[in-house]
Amino acid sequence: MVRQKGIISRRYRDLIAERAVLIPAILVSVILIAMVIVFLDKASPIFITQPITTLLFSSSWHPLSGQFGFFPFISGTVWVTLLAMGITIPISILSAVYLAEYAHRRVRGVAQPLIDLLAGIPSVVFGLFGILLIVPLIKEQIAPLAGVNSSGYCVLAGGLVLAIMVFPIVISISYEVIRAVPTEMREAALALGATRWETVKFVVLRKALTGIIAAIILGFSRAFGETMAVLMVVGNVPIVPQSVFDPAYPIPALIANNYGEMMSIPAYDSALMFAALILFVIVVAFNILARIVLVRVYRKGV
Amino acid sequence: MRRIEEAVFKALMVISLFIVLGSLLAVILVVVIRGAPALTLSMVTQVPQGGFYLGKEGGILNAIIGSLYVATGATLIAIVIALPFAWYLNQYAGKSRFADIFRAILDIATGVPSLLYGAFAFSIMLAIGAKTSLLWGILTIALFITPLLARSFDEVIQTVPFKLKEASFALGATRLETVLYVVSRQALPGILTGILLAFGRGIGDAASILFTAGYTDSIPTSLGDPVATLPLAIFFQLGSPIPAVQARAYASGIILLAIVLILSVVSRVLTKRYMKYVIK
Amino acid sequence: MDATESVAPEIRVRDLHVILEKREILKGISVEIPKNRITAIIGPSGCGKSTLLRCINRMIDLVEGASVTGEVLIGNVDALSPGIELTELRRRVGMISQTPNPLPMSIFDNIAFGPRIHGERDSKTLDATVSRCLKTVGLWNEVHERLYDPAAKLSIGQQQRLCLARALAMEPEVLLCDEITSALDPISAKHIESELLAIKNEYTIIFVTHILRQARRIADHVIFLYLGELVESGPAAEIFSSPKDPRTKEYLEGVFG
Repeated sequence: MVRQKGIISRRYRDLIAERAVLIPAILVSVILIAMVIVFLDKASPIFITQPITTLLFSSSWHPLSGQFGFFPFISGTVWVTLLAMGITIPISILSAVYLAEYAHRRVRGVAQPLIDLLAGIPSVVFGLFGILLIVPLIKEQIAPLAGVNSSGYCVLAGGLVLAIMVFPIVISISYEVIRAVPTEMREAALALGATRWETVKFVVLRKALTGIIAAIILGFSRAFGETMAVLMVVGNVPIVPQSVFDPAYPIPALIANNYGEMMSIPAYDSALMFAALILFVIVVAFNILARIVLVRVYRKGV
Repeated sequence: MRRIEEAVFKALMVISLFIVLGSLLAVILVVVIRGAPALTLSMVTQVPQGGFYLGKEGGILNAIIGSLYVATGATLIAIVIALPFAWYLNQYAGKSRFADIFRAILDIATGVPSLLYGAFAFSIMLAIGAKTSLLWGILTIALFITPLLARSFDEVIQTVPFKLKEASFALGATRLETVLYVVSRQALPGILTGILLAFGRGIGDAASILFTAGYTDSIPTSLGDPVATLPLAIFFQLGSPIPAVQARAYASGIILLAIVLILSVVSRVLTKRYMKYVIK
Repeated sequence: MDATESVAPEIRVRDLHVILEKREILKGISVEIPKNRITAIIGPSGCGKSTLLRCINRMIDLVEGASVTGEVLIGNVDALSPGIELTELRRRVGMISQTPNPLPMSIFDNIAFGPRIHGERDSKTLDATVSRCLKTVGLWNEVHERLYDPAAKLSIGQQQRLCLARALAMEPEVLLCDEITSALDPISAKHIESELLAIKNEYTIIFVTHILRQARRIADHVIFLYLGELVESGPAAEIFSSPKDPRTKEYLEGVFG
């Protein structure tokens, strides 16, 4: 006969578990909120000494004399990120369309694990790759071709390395979204005599557009926060870059290079936390935006 | 005309895919080719000896072991938090608004750059007067990979068919027993893949532990010791003006790449192995 | 109800209403189900057969937005009372679904799952239970050499018999069978039918089916539901030979459903 002992404790255990599993959910949420509070709190002294417009739009960066103009770093981040996205978007979307609509199953079977692998390669390795291949390539080939002098450590190098890192994100989300377009829609278009490409262009991509936009936003936010790989190839000079061959100094690099070492200047510490706050707000805003778009996409059933 | 347009775009697509896969190949090849000459046995069997950073004897065993310590500790913590999180989202929260809210929070936490987790952890360390150490390295990486892990667990557990839960409930199982013995069992291949992926992210991340783990030439013997990690070993050696040290950075790159590759292969093998019990 | 006097009723359903999203699925069912007999619930699809079944082991709880009122007495315990221990109720009332739903584990673990969660730890007892249940459903000879293989590797017919064995392992008093042969090939279906006939003296079996011939073959007692109402119930022989209600008569003659 099956023993019937411990019934109460089974029910009890389930009820305890019901409460216990809430702890991790709350913990993660609390950490996220705590991050905002810590960054805000530590950045607040800088708000008092300098108006926010000066912080954001001044180019004069002289921490020792208390001048904290973030414009070079903001523009450095924007340059590198935009360049990377400019490269990534067409290549990733074309690849995703190919994998989802044209590729043979076997091609997909080979390409997908490789793209996953690309996603798993650590940033420093990408940085290493940039230093070993892209930087010399720019210095010795591309810059002379464009008729300029460049050390190779520049916006272009950062953009190229970053573009490669963002490929897997944009490709995999776009791929999912495209695959989620119902087959019947493709069949309807094909049955009307459309070619494969016309079906893709007029039906599939139109349907998948919002989801692809979400993929791009997520890629953007990833690029925005990427630190090590960019830091290693971008030159880290606090100037406003005038061309892609100029060095730049993105916000994450600024924080990584200086936080923890500049404790002696409290204002500097506070300025770096302000930088962290900017980064946090922008990345979170982008993520929320992408999520809203994606939720809407999937609710409509694409 | 219609045909030409299609042919052009198809060609562009193929070229794009080649660029993507080609860049993966390029990253691996460049690092392997440039790093191979400096890759010696002592690299992986010795800690730095005197004059190591001037190009003399020694290896980066301290960083290899350090990275494994950090990533293992962080992954264990992350599993303990992320798995119940996913259980909550899928078994206890039902279709309530709370599940939606917590999923949104998880998405946001996943998107926060690792650097910011590092900056946050370091601020806490300053506030409580803690020193850089293995423990804080582990905690920082755990902060960063827990959301990733919870999200991937949630995704695999969501795909568990309802009829399995039904079968378990019909046998008189409680929600806890169902999620422990049936749902998690079915999701096991995905759970393992998620764990290995998170481990890989943990071992490869440098930005987060830049401030919190410290750096040392010896292998840590306690949680309070500072710890060297592979990504930072690469980063610091690259900063050296001495070519021999730089070359070691490339070789260290190979070691890091090899670990990531091994993880990826192991995850495929494990997935296959545990797939056989899965109900399709 | 006079025809069931010979056997003590195992389950008494009283004034059972089920409302799902403002639609009344069951409209006040009152019926008695005899102990250790096979009772077939028949009726056209959508008449509430499965819903009635799911009230008996409270799987109806998993259906969001369902409201259930009335009484389902099993022995003298009301399955619908809010304070009831669901795990124990479902141990007493086993269920087999329409499509086989083996758990993601080995054949052995599938059968041992129920006893284990209900507190059985002794491995000898578990071994004995597994082999006894597999023998009862006639699966022992086919699988005894590969008890630790994944259940997913079995054929659909074998999986369904495994599910039956899994339910038996909890030593239930009642077995709920929801069109359990509809996903199977004819030979496997026959297996299942003969196994149910073989064990019917020890279990109260409630069998939902839309196949009248199947009900004729195995049922001792029949309940006919139509659009959420109980039309008539009684010994199978009586219902099939001389139905009292014209709707039963029409259904049996194949006018609808």
